[in-house]
Amino acid sequence: MGSVGAKEVPVLLTPDGIRTDGRRVDELRPIRIEAGALKHADGSAYVEWGANKVMAAVYGPREVHPRHLQQNTKAVIQCKYNMAAFSVDERKRPGLDRRSQEISKVIAEALESVVFVEEFPRTSIDVYIEVLQANAGTRCAGLTAASVALADAGIPMVDLLPAVAVGKAGGALVLDLNKAEDNFGEADLPMAIVPQSGRLVLLQMEGHVTQEELARALDMGVQGTRQVYEKMQAALRDRYASAPTPEVAA
Amino acid sequence: MSDEVTAEILTTHILDLAGAGRRLDGRAVDDYRPLTIEPGFVATADGSALVRLGETAAVAGIKLEPGKPFPDTPNAGVLTTNAELVPLSSPTFEPGPPQPGAIEVSRVIDRAIRAAETIDLTRLCVTPGEKSWVCYVDVHMIDHGGNLIDTGLLAALTALTHTTVPAKRFGLAESDYPLEIKHQPVECTFVRLGEAIVVDPTIDEERACQGRLTVATDETGNVVAMQKGLVGAFSPDDVKSVVERAFRHGDRLRAAALRGTA
Repeated sequence: MGSVGAKEVPVLLTPDGIRTDGRRVDELRPIRIEAGALKHADGSAYVEWGANKVMAAVYGPREVHPRHLQQNTKAVIQCKYNMAAFSVDERKRPGLDRRSQEISKVIAEALESVVFVEEFPRTSIDVYIEVLQANAGTRCAGLTAASVALADAGIPMVDLLPAVAVGKAGGALVLDLNKAEDNFGEADLPMAIVPQSGRLVLLQMEGHVTQEELARALDMGVQGTRQVYEKMQAALRDRYASAPTPEVAA
Repeated sequence: MSDEVTAEILTTHILDLAGAGRRLDGRAVDDYRPLTIEPGFVATADGSALVRLGETAAVAGIKLEPGKPFPDTPNAGVLTTNAELVPLSSPTFEPGPPQPGAIEVSRVIDRAIRAAETIDLTRLCVTPGEKSWVCYVDVHMIDHGGNLIDTGLLAALTALTHTTVPAKRFGLAESDYPLEIKHQPVECTFVRLGEAIVVDPTIDEERACQGRLTVATDETGNVVAMQKGLVGAFSPDDVKSVVERAFRHGDRLRAAALRGTA
């Protein structure tokens, strides 16, 4: 995708359908999700997704800052997706760049599509996503983490919101692009799908696909998010199955 | 409607109409607003266009300057796309750093131009690693009546297809020559209004909508970029039918941009 005159393109897919990291085309990278990973946040989650390491925290519902963003009929969801300077090979200049701001916007809008925001008028639900180690797919890992963190914070939602990227690499559609596929592949389609309704609340795309490939990519996304969903549910079950019942003051 | 807050009653009315397959301005769900295209609108630019889509207007200007290729792409020129939502275009835009909405518009337009390979960047290289053309695509949204993305990209594409490389001015060739265009991306934006999905939303429809979906197509039958924005959801079948519609509209809009007249 736009890597004009760049280094030589590696073989992204062997004739046997094996990818650079040994996966098959419809296989996810290993995903580990921990709900409630932070002590001070109202809700939090840590996600290791392949070589990505992403932490998400939720604060709120709480007072809105800045004040003028307050809405009388619903909560506002404010999301800050941020990449640590050391999270990529070449040090990233700290601070909000345009890419981070766009990702923050589409993630906030995706989350607002599933959270019952009208239950908390005049409040803010603040979602912070910190990418500590990046290796393709950070927005999907970040959104997945944020969704688990919202559940951990006890915020009512239609459903959890799993995300995954589908792409095209080495001429084939592949689930959950790795870094080589992201850099040298033909297309990248990050998406988030509400499991209950099967509807997309986040969808972006860059690259080249035909109409027919796009239709298949959406189907792969449905399958992929279903697997991510199971891991999200398991993480929450782990967190709360073992939690001691809070002692009632005598 | 110049008020920032679209009255609740108007939103309800827009949704009611959409439920009956109608729209506030009388269009059908799959109609674009009237399009006018004026290439060469800015004489000081190397390429330019003023595009109006209903009550929305954008001016794109292209400037080419000699510069240096990026170290990781020594054989390619540089392409920079930027869209500005200038304060004169809407009562809700203020001077200052761009808001997330403006950044999104700019990046979605840039993504289509880049992903479609609108310009073969290797053709902009003069001396590998040393000298190449830097092509600046600047889009100014001057009147915000909704659907900035489609309007902005149409202005950019029209301007690019009517651009002259100022090679003589910079002593890089005997004479100027037309900029070579490789592919022609066009974006089509849709919004959900209840169960209806309408194309080319007005600003009031954007405020009333439950989700926005933009699809960029090229002339070879590829989807090259997509962006779902705002709060709301689309089923996979919604997306497929929107893509189908985007190809249909895309061909007509593309032809208009190439001709330089609607």
